Amino acid sequence: MTDPTAIETRLAALGRSAPDGILDAVMRQTDLADDYSLIEGPTGPAYVAWNGRGITAFVPTEAVGSRDDFETRHPREATFVDAPPKRLEKHLERTIETGRLGRLPVDLSSIGEFQRKVLEKCSEIPPGEIRPYGWIAREIGNPGAVRAVGTALGRNPVPVLIPCHRVVRTDGRIGNYAYGSPMKRSLLEHEGLDPEAIETQARQGVRLVGSDTTGIYCYPTCRHAKRITDAHRVEFRSDAAAENEGYRPCKVCRPAA
Amino acid sequence: MTTTLDQLPNRLAADRDRAFPDLVRALQDGIFSGTLQFTRNRQDAEDVTQETFVRVYRALTSYDEDRIRDLQLRPWVWTIALNLCRNRARTLNRRPEAALNDDRIDRTTDTAEEAAANIDLATWRRRLTRLTDPQRTAIVLHHVVGLSYTEIAESTGRSESTIRSDMRRGLARLRTMIEEETQ
Repeated sequence: MTDPTAIETRLAALGRSAPDGILDAVMRQTDLADDYSLIEGPTGPAYVAWNGRGITAFVPTEAVGSRDDFETRHPREATFVDAPPKRLEKHLERTIETGRLGRLPVDLSSIGEFQRKVLEKCSEIPPGEIRPYGWIAREIGNPGAVRAVGTALGRNPVPVLIPCHRVVRTDGRIGNYAYGSPMKRSLLEHEGLDPEAIETQARQGVRLVGSDTTGIYCYPTCRHAKRITDAHRVEFRSDAAAENEGYRPCKVCRPAA
Repeated sequence: MTTTLDQLPNRLAADRDRAFPDLVRALQDGIFSGTLQFTRNRQDAEDVTQETFVRVYRALTSYDEDRIRDLQLRPWVWTIALNLCRNRARTLNRRPEAALNDDRIDRTTDTAEEAAANIDLATWRRRLTRLTDPQRTAIVLHHVVGLSYTEIAESTGRSESTIRSDMRRGLARLRTMIEEETQ
């Protein structure tokens, strides 16, 4: 009884298994366990995942077919549920319908400072309009970081909802997309843009358009540019060319610093 | 997915969110077994175990990759768990009425075998309570949880030789207690 080995053996026998559910509870409290569901996106069905902080992923089934595929490529544990919680579902529907992020909560907590700035800026681009990568770089105060902007957008966890499809090459061409160029084109088409016309204009070297009545120049898809009638529409190859003619940049689409 | 504890810091540094569940799986039994001795009852131990891992995760999110790679996981997690146990004990001392219903969980059992195991647990907890804090900590972490002297020294911020002498004195006192009980 008083033998020291006995005490030590008996102490070792006091070990217990942790109760079931510790891991689950911890995962919920740290927002690490996401739920996900299948919803109707603007151009077809998509998986959408979320946690307590907001949406964590949006993946069209065109890009990832099965639930297994989704769960494998999702960066955290994900459990399939029938539908998002009501409040989230309402915001999701509105975002998909209007093409604007609005008040939809998105969880960007595991994303770095630079990428967060890029994604936040990107979500300001209105539906039916496009901006070049360089615009985002300039707007976030980092005009040299054009390539980094491209990388950051390529890793957008919630494409479509944060509309990285509205960001195009500096030469005006539509360019690449995480889920392939065809999906980028069909998303833009869905918003009323004509991808062919955009490409043609880019090939012709038209980057900016101005109005000779206002003396203001814009990106061609800016809502103010769309109001310019053919008779007053002037095309420019660069902001310098426009400035040379005495035009000033639009304060809404901000095509120059 | 099985990973040894040695590989976990690297995996946590590379992909924190994917590796974290494995950290919980690898350490939860040890943390629970230990906190059972440092808290009033099973419910408290469960709460502290859960809270420990939540804090561990929050800490990981604020560390850069190099710092995570260099972590001694077990001692580090135990530092957090011991703090939580101490805080909880302090709160209970300020509200003595809460400390009264001490061993309530030990009665929620089904089988005779479990009941016997729980009585044993309660008996040892009572004995361990009579040791000094450092003695109890050293003995539980080493003999119940299985931490090395080095790991205990690291998680308590005390020297290894102090841990050794705490352990020796604590075991001697336990031996005396058991002798007295059988007389």
